[in-house]
Formats: sequence, structure tokens, C-alpha cells
Amino acid sequence: MLLSDARVQQKYEVKQIQGEELVRIMEMGLTPGSVCEVIRRAPMGYPIEIKIRGYLLSLRKKETDAVEVSPI
Amino acid sequence: MSNQTINVQKELLRQPSTIALVGNPNTGKSTIFNALTGLRQKIANYPGITVERKMGTTIINGVLHKIIDLPGAYSLNHKKADERISYETLIGSYDHEEKPDLLLMVVDASNLERNLFLASQVMDLQIPMLMVLTMSDIADERGIRIQSQQLSNVWGVPVISINARSKQCDVQIKQALVEQGVATPKPFQWNPSKPLRQAVERLDKEWLSEHTQLPERARPIEALRLLAEGSLEDSFYQYSEEGKAKKLIEELQNTLEAQGENPTAAEVVQRYRFIGDSSEGSVTKEQRDEQTWTDRLDNVLTHRVAGPVIFVLVLLVMFQSIFSWATPFMDMIDMLFIEFGAFVGSSLPAGLLNSLLVDGIIAGLGGVVIFLPQIIFLFLFIYFLEGTGYMARAAFVMDGFMTKVGLHGRSVVPLMSGFACAIPGIMATRTIENWRDRLITIMILPFMACSARLPVYAVMIAAFVPDKRVIGFLTLQGLVFFGLYLFGIVMAVGSAAVMKRIFPTGKPTPFLMELPPYKWPNVSSVVIQSLERGKIFVTEAGKIIVAISIILWVLASFPTYEPTASDLADMDANGQTSEQMISTLQLNQSYAGTFGQWIEPAIEPLGFDWKIGIGLLTSFAAREVMVGTLNTIYSIEETEEQLGLIERLRSETDPETGLPKYTLATALSLMIFFAIAMQCMSTLAIVKRETNSWKWPLVMFGYMTVLAYFSAWITYEWANTFLLG
Repeated sequence: MLLSDARVQQKYEVKQIQGEELVRIMEMGLTPGSVCEVIRRAPMGYPIEIKIRGYLLSLRKKETDAVEVSPI
Repeated sequence: MSNQTINVQKELLRQPSTIALVGNPNTGKSTIFNALTGLRQKIANYPGITVERKMGTTIINGVLHKIIDLPGAYSLNHKKADERISYETLIGSYDHEEKPDLLLMVVDASNLERNLFLASQVMDLQIPMLMVLTMSDIADERGIRIQSQQLSNVWGVPVISINARSKQCDVQIKQALVEQGVATPKPFQWNPSKPLRQAVERLDKEWLSEHTQLPERARPIEALRLLAEGSLEDSFYQYSEEGKAKKLIEELQNTLEAQGENPTAAEVVQRYRFIGDSSEGSVTKEQRDEQTWTDRLDNVLTHRVAGPVIFVLVLLVMFQSIFSWATPFMDMIDMLFIEFGAFVGSSLPAGLLNSLLVDGIIAGLGGVVIFLPQIIFLFLFIYFLEGTGYMARAAFVMDGFMTKVGLHGRSVVPLMSGFACAIPGIMATRTIENWRDRLITIMILPFMACSARLPVYAVMIAAFVPDKRVIGFLTLQGLVFFGLYLFGIVMAVGSAAVMKRIFPTGKPTPFLMELPPYKWPNVSSVVIQSLERGKIFVTEAGKIIVAISIILWVLASFPTYEPTASDLADMDANGQTSEQMISTLQLNQSYAGTFGQWIEPAIEPLGFDWKIGIGLLTSFAAREVMVGTLNTIYSIEETEEQLGLIERLRSETDPETGLPKYTLATALSLMIFFAIAMQCMSTLAIVKRETNSWKWPLVMFGYMTVLAYFSAWITYEWANTFLLG
């Protein structure tokens, strides 16, 4: 599943990153095998705030669409 | 990962050296820079681009050193101009920056893994460094304990832990530099896999070493970048035999893939793997279930409903305070310059030089300094809120709304400050990371009805809009006033939508915004940065503003007018004081007056005559000057200013038809024109500074003038047909 469809307060394992910006996204710590938790969504649904490697990061839909995850 | 001897160097600091601060954004890097340099800073744009160069000096053990604060970056894999500058400076190939002799690698202890990612890349460049851990109190709160000695052993550089918010953080750093020194890290400390290492070595040996001018120590990093990108695109160095390189990169990528590695991801994955493995010995983490302060605050401040409401309240408090704090200072500055002008005017013999000094130069300088209170107060708020971590939350909460109209979550604060004045607002767009979003925000910001438009609106509404009650307490005058504000916002949103379509996209940069932990900012750093913004405005935009005021003074003062005897007799007959009348005649027959006559045919369709034409020129100094110019044109006595002008405008008749010259249609047309025309040289000057080119201020002036012209024309026609017809 995509990070865009992830549920709030649920933990996920990052499976794969796709698209042109995959290096950028991985450099922020979202490497395959890392664990992230969806913290909340902004008022209009996006950006999505996640916790990854102990810090908080927000991503817009375009970026969350590029991240494949599976629930833990 | 075995313990190793660290080759510490201490002699580097005995002679003047260049020290660069490197690190992720939000690590306290700027705070350290401000603590080390104080107000001994120089901030200017790098040539040709909009990235700011922050340079300062500091004294360590009696020796003066240069400090460069490199733009914060998450990776050396440069995609954006600021990251590229950091990278090029570090490898010593950037013409406009000195090669650093040693580095302070700033690392956020509460966010160690991601910070060490950049640190591991920088270490591959083998520049002597001291690693500075910041935010240890936040790490403590989260149960993270870092063994500095262990970390130092793993990475082969000295490590110190400081509290960037304490007043002595500069002392701590200086002491560490003297006592612990710096060490040159070894490359590939992160232990890349054999296939990756081989690929890097081959690319280096078979192509980079012969075909680029990169220093040897920078080649592995460049090789990694090329392998991940899979192309030569955006290589900034001189290279030859492109075809050979492309083939080689492709071949190496295939080899990596055959050996089970993803060539695009290999570097990132392996660095993070090493960081994760190595921190087992140096970092201990207590599992704590309790919520941190950040979690608790975020539950409220980024809440779906409460979040936007709180943000609006914060803005309200912010702008109300700026307004009420800045106004007395602005009044004081205004008075000081008027008094000073009057003093200079009366102590020098009357004449052209006197007038140039008083009406050209001193008035021009006053026009610069008057903006300082608003700029400094706005930036005190912005840097303070940025330092607490709240600004990122505000952007997070607002981003969904703002992307709907083609803007960015971080556009809100600059746009709102535009209601006070466009200048601090345009300076505040620097917080928007993406250049295109920032440019669009700058280009639409002057549509926000700033306070300088108020006097023009006030005179026109009072003179021509009937004071009728519409519903309840709402009057027609109030509605027109509100409508003008709304009109500005609508124009801003519409223009943003159009620009989003026509401006070149360039390389899209992904939206990956960090929400740093909440903390109490370092107050002196906030104050220093705000004062620096004021300094930048005065030194960089100020020059342009004073130059244009002198040009405007020339246009209004030449050719000079000498009253003839019959003119003086006429004045006496009309019962007007001659001084008032002389300045009227002076203006009317000056270049500005000629300009008014000259553009009259062009502005006639908008309902304007040559007198308003003069005002359009002179109000370029500042919009409110329109009122002063009309006062001069109509020889209004200073004592009866506003009422006098209103009466005079109402009673002005057309000599041919005998009907009133100015009507409600003229007033509406003029107000609409002022709502969108780029009638402000100071705004253009700051746009030049912030975009570092004359192109954007000229585009802004052009499109806003065209838009204003047609809007005013339509308004005039519409009002004549439907309101007066």
C-alpha cells in the first residue's frame, strides 16, 4: 500500500520508494526497512506528518504517493 | 568500527583561518554563528543567485578567524542552488567563496541518525573538523544518551556537546577548538559494500581523474552522485568525453544491479545502515511511553480545527503588536527627518542646493529609515516563532489551503505582513524554500492593501462616496473600503493561479518539511538576526531608494520657475498666499508637470486629468505622496489639508462643459488603480535585492501597471454607465 492511504497512529515499514525524487526521500531517512508512524494529517488531508528515525517529517501527496509501506 | 587513533591538529588555529559551519537546517547552526560573530556579520547575496552568503569574524586565543555559515542542507547530493554552494565551497571549487580550512560539523543530538547522514558525506571530503552536538537537553527529555567519546571513536573526529541556547555556547566551542583541536576524517568511514566501493574507484580512475578539475578528495563523493543519478546532467565542472562517461556509468550501474544492489539507492541505504549499526555502542535509548512536550503542544497547535484558528489568532496578535509598536517609532522618525530637513533648510542659503539636500536627499533617507521599525518588529516575531519551531507547524496547517491557490504553507505570514507593508513581507519570503513558490509569493504580495494606500482611499472615499447607511451599521463608504481590500486579495489569488501555469517549473523540489521539536529560542540570536535584516534593507535597498528620490526631486524642481510681476499680482488678486501659489506653479511647469500633460491622453479613458498624472509620477516615491502632491497642485493651505482637498476636488469643474471634473467614477477608477498599480519604488528596490536581478522588479512593474490600467478603465466605464448614467 501507499503511505498516502496509511492510517493515523499506525506504524508502517517502508518497503520501497519510487519516482524521480526517491533519493531525496530516502536521504530524509525513509529507507527500505525503516519504520515510520503516521502522526496526523493536516486540515485539508495533506500534508501528512510522520515520525521517522525519531523526528517529525511532513510530506505532500506527491511524496507520500512515492512511498510504498506495509502495516506492522 | 574498531577504535582508532584520532589525528588531532591544534596548530591550525594559531594563524588566521576560515571556519565553515555545516549542518542540517534546525540544528542551532545559525544560533552558533550568531553567538560566535555577534554583529560582526556581513550578509549579501552570492552573485547571480538568491542564496545569501553569511560571513562573520570571531577571535579565538587572540587570532581573528573568518566564519562562514553555509546554507543548511540535508545532503551533499545537490539539487538546489544553496546545496550546490555548500558543496562547491566545501570542495573549494566555488569562485565566490573561500575554501574553508576547518569545519564545525553541527549535529542535532535529538535527531542523530539523519544528521549523521550529512556528516558522513561531509567527512568523505576529508576536511579537518570538530563535531558539535546540539540540543542535548531535548535528547535527554526523550531518553537519548550519547557517549561523545564513543561517537568520536567511530567517526574519527573530536566531538563536543553544547547547549546552543546557553549564553556561553561560543565560549564552549572556542575552548573545545583550542583544547581538543580538530581532526581530518578518513574517507569511507561508513564502510560501503565492496561492489559499491569498486564502482566508485573505477569511475574515479577511468573517468573523473582525467576529465574533471575536481580535487582528488572530492571525487568519491562526485562518483557516488553520478552513480545514483545515472547521468551527467547538472554536472557543474568542466568535463570532456561525455559519451565515454555515460557508457561507463551505465556499465557500473548494471554491475551493481547484477551484484544485488540498487544503484540509485545504494549510497543512502548503506550510509544509514552504518549509522544505525554504529550507534549501538554510542547511543542508548530508554523507551519512554510518556508524551514529550512537543507531542502535547502539537496535539493542540496542529489540530484540524484548533490549528488554523490558533494560527489566525497568532497572526492577529503579531500584526496588532507590530502596528502598535512600530507606529510611534515611525512617527518619531518622520518627525526627526522633517525637523532635521527644516533645520538644514533654514541654516543654508535658499536655493537649489538647499532644496536638493532637504527635498531630495534628506527626504529620501527619511523614506528609507521609516521602514525600519516594521521590518525589525516583523522579523523579531518571525525569528522568534521560527526558533520555537512553531513556523513549521503554521506552514503544515496552512499548506493544504495554500496549495489550492497555487502557493505554499509558508506564504501566509509574508502575505499577511503585506497588509502593513509589502517590504518586510517580501523580505520574509526567504523562509519559503522552493524558489518558484517564493517568487510567486513575492510577485503577488504588493496586491495586499498596505497602509500607504489608506490616505489615498480615505480622501477619495470621503470626497466622492456618499455617506449612506446600507444595512445595519454598514455604510456605503465602509463597504467600498472593504471592497478595495477584498479586491487586492482576489487579484493576488488570481495572479498566483496564472503564474503557477506560466512560470517555468524547472526541477520540482519535493515537499519534505521537518517539524523540529519545540524549544525556547536563543533571544540574542533572534535580536541579532532581526537587526541584520534591517541593516540589509538600509544598505542594499536604501541606495536604490535614495537614488530614485533624487531623480523624482529633479523631475519636480526643473526647469525652475521664477514668478513674474504679473503672476504675483494675480495671486494677490485671488487672495492666495504667494508661497503656496509659487510651489503650485513650480510643479505645474516642471518636468513632472510636463509628464502629466504628456500622459493625459493615455489616462483620459480612466477619468484622470494631467493633475492626477503628476500625482501618479510623484507617488512613485510612496503611495501616500499622492495626497501631498494634490495638495500642492491645488495650493491647499497646510492648516486645512484634508478637508480643504476634499472640498477642492469636489468643486473642480471642467472648463469646457462646466460640469464637475471629478466624479464618483473618477474616484473609484483611481482607487482601483492604486489598489493594484506598482506605485512604490521601495518595493521595487527590495524585490531587486531579494531576487538579485532587475528582471523581476521590471516584470512586476509592467504587469501590475497594465493590470491596473485596464481595471481602472473598466471601472470608470462601468461606473459611468451604471452608477451615474
